[in-house]
Amino acid sequence: MSSAQTKTEHGHTDHNYLNHGSGIWSWMTTLDHKRIGLMYFATVSTLFLIGGFFALGIRLHLAKFGATPLLDPDTYNKFMTFHGAIMVFMVIIPGIPAFLGNFILPIQLGAKDVAFPRLNLASYYIFIAGALLSASSMIFNQVDTGWTFYTPYSTAKTSNGVILLVMGAFTMGFSSILTGLNFIVTTHKLRAPGMTMDRIPLMIWALYSTSIIQILATPILAITLLLIGAEKALGVGIFDPDLGGDPILFQHFFWFYSHPAVYIMILPAMGVISELITAFSKKTIFGYRAIAYSSVAIAAVSFLVWGHHMFVSGQSTLAGLVFSIITMFVGVPTAIKLFNWISTMYRGTVTFEAPMLFALGFMFLFTIGGLTGVFLASTGMDVHFHDTYFVVAHFHYVMVGGTLMALMGGIFYWFPKMFGKMTSDLGGRISWVLIFTGFNVTFFPQFILGAMGMPRRYFDYLPEYTNLNQISTVGSWLIGLGFLVGLITIIHGILKGEKAPNNPWGAKTLEWQTTSPPPHENFTTTPTVTAGPYDFR
Amino acid sequence: MTSVSSSSEFHHQHHFKSADHQYASSKQGIWLFLCTEILMFGGLFVGYLIYHSLYPTVFKNGSETLDWKMGAVNTVVLLVSSFTMAAAINYVQRGLHKIAAVMLALTIACAGAFMVIKYFEYSHKFHVGTVPGKFSLVDPSCAAGGKRAECESKISALLKNPAELEKNHVSTEEVTRLKAVISQPKWEMFYGFYFVMTGLHGIHVVAGALLIFWVFIKTLRRKVGPEYYTPVEGVGLFWHVVDLVWIYLFPLLYLVG
Ligand code: HEM
Ligand SMILES: [Cu+2]
Repeated sequence: MSSAQTKTEHGHTDHNYLNHGSGIWSWMTTLDHKRIGLMYFATVSTLFLIGGFFALGIRLHLAKFGATPLLDPDTYNKFMTFHGAIMVFMVIIPGIPAFLGNFILPIQLGAKDVAFPRLNLASYYIFIAGALLSASSMIFNQVDTGWTFYTPYSTAKTSNGVILLVMGAFTMGFSSILTGLNFIVTTHKLRAPGMTMDRIPLMIWALYSTSIIQILATPILAITLLLIGAEKALGVGIFDPDLGGDPILFQHFFWFYSHPAVYIMILPAMGVISELITAFSKKTIFGYRAIAYSSVAIAAVSFLVWGHHMFVSGQSTLAGLVFSIITMFVGVPTAIKLFNWISTMYRGTVTFEAPMLFALGFMFLFTIGGLTGVFLASTGMDVHFHDTYFVVAHFHYVMVGGTLMALMGGIFYWFPKMFGKMTSDLGGRISWVLIFTGFNVTFFPQFILGAMGMPRRYFDYLPEYTNLNQISTVGSWLIGLGFLVGLITIIHGILKGEKAPNNPWGAKTLEWQTTSPPPHENFTTTPTVTAGPYDFR
Repeated sequence: MTSVSSSSEFHHQHHFKSADHQYASSKQGIWLFLCTEILMFGGLFVGYLIYHSLYPTVFKNGSETLDWKMGAVNTVVLLVSSFTMAAAINYVQRGLHKIAAVMLALTIACAGAFMVIKYFEYSHKFHVGTVPGKFSLVDPSCAAGGKRAECESKISALLKNPAELEKNHVSTEEVTRLKAVISQPKWEMFYGFYFVMTGLHGIHVVAGALLIFWVFIKTLRRKVGPEYYTPVEGVGLFWHVVDLVWIYLFPLLYLVG
């Protein structure tokens, strides 16, 4: 490793990336992927709190049917839009890749940094710019379209705030593309000696597949959002039936991105789970290749199924049938992963620290979310369930029960590496119990409500839905409490946590071979890889 | 830190093994980015093709009102710029900084010429009223309440006023074409696509010119040369994609009629 750089001497053990340069400015201008990851952490957590505030507002409002509502119908729609848009575009999509991915990917590859560190910092600021642009619509000109911006309502009827929100999402999409690009090149070009493609950790396979989706799908969202902006500002009429446009085309464009986007949300989560399951089962993962390639398979199939969001949009029966069948195929690679995780745990030495609990929570909740997805993918049933609370419950099980559980598990798992301190395991477990219980209390009743016919996106409901709605609201406060405990545990860990050893969980991937926290350049000497990532026995 | 020393010796970034390694990585990154650009325009092309088949007459009549001569000149301008850009890369690789800088300056000049011609095209359209939806109406408030069809468009108002026609340099031939356009329902669709597609492309031309200016400065300061020319080559690839998009836009918009 001969580098012409002169200032590469960071051999001392007490010298790490956290104290490599101090002061706020050294963070704001850092090119270190680990610091950029933590900056995303802080940003995304803040946005999550804001999105959560809207969620609790919505739920509180729905606790009572009829008069004396907390929110008037207009405000309700705006709360719902900001809740959805923030959670999707600013929390779940960037959450795992931009935060955990940035921190972990280069270290797991044995690289000193991502391929383009300056681009990495630029993506962060582009993300911030996009988030601020979107947020400005909260202040100047609120939007009530829902996060899907369906036309013609979004282009012909509602306020001009849509332009701000949409351009903000466009900007964040640009950031997402650049991050994905950076990860792909890093994975191809910066692997340590001996780290062949079939030795890269499964987290990397997941992030790699995600990056492919980001690069192939996000441009379509970009053009769709630009067209909405142009339509609103210039009246170009591409989606407005009054002018000859076709609102269904918008749905095709939108879901051509947004269905793959649900895999941008869930694939990285699956990567995290693969790491957690092996580390806490102390066993070589079962079916490495199957898990790795199923990520790529999911990425590929995700592009062919967007039409399942449009069964009742008036597309042809044949199209509906085809989309329905292809959608079921996604279940295959997903099930492969699930069974391999279970086989890994079988006869492993399983321990149940907080990260593992979140991993199990993921498997449980994601399975429910996935199975109810099969209901929705059957054209006949979807006619009944479409746009009811069944859908709300389904996507919360997948996105929150899946992605957020993995994110929390990942945070507690890599926390010692990030900060060189341990979190309180008890704190993590309490947080898990509250979130897991609260989650089921909140969203399970919504399956029933949906089956009973309660429509989504309505600010009020019929009296017979009252009880289940109240249960759901109680659950939402349990979730809120759970995240609060989680936050306190994390802050307590940062401030007062015990000093972490280099490899507290006894895991085998490369990030655990360096110090906690790692030095500025990740490793004092570049590691050479001689075995697969999970060689326990 | 791309720590490039003044001319001869180039230090690659610390996380790469060698200058070649860094170059190969950068090139992969640039190509991936260009794929996303092409995909983004791809969405527009798909939309264009769909509406073209839905409203063939609208698109035919609309396309006949575009000035294909201006479009053709612009095509030539861009092709020339592609050539000068390629030459610039070649000269930088051979260490001929002065002539490379001249080539880059010529490329920027072509980009400028392209935008000036675009400006004339656009402004004529604003005058005669072949503009996207909202602005095509004389009185947009009249469109409120779904009564769009009964509203008078800018073109029909113009066509009734010979003095205005003269002032705006509208030939009799053009009058016939304009009449053909507004005889069709939904005629604004075509101009919606025209402005969005050429507008987005125009933004790319401006961005490309700024990038070329950036490598132009680098070339003058000899920050690039035979050992390190990645930025010039990357910008060059971007510029070729901008050209390429135009090569498709031109026949689709101006010649399909
Ligand atoms: C305490 C936790 C949460 C509660 C109580 C909650 C509650 C709700 C409610 C009541 C709606 C409105 C449903 C409708 O009328 O269609 C909603 C919509 C939504 N939620 Fe959540 N939510 C929570 C967390 C999350 C999280 C963490 C995410 C994403 C990661 C999320 C993503 C969404 C999305 C995408 C929508 C759709 C918005 C739309 O239809 O435009 N939610 N949520
Ligand atoms: Cu979908």
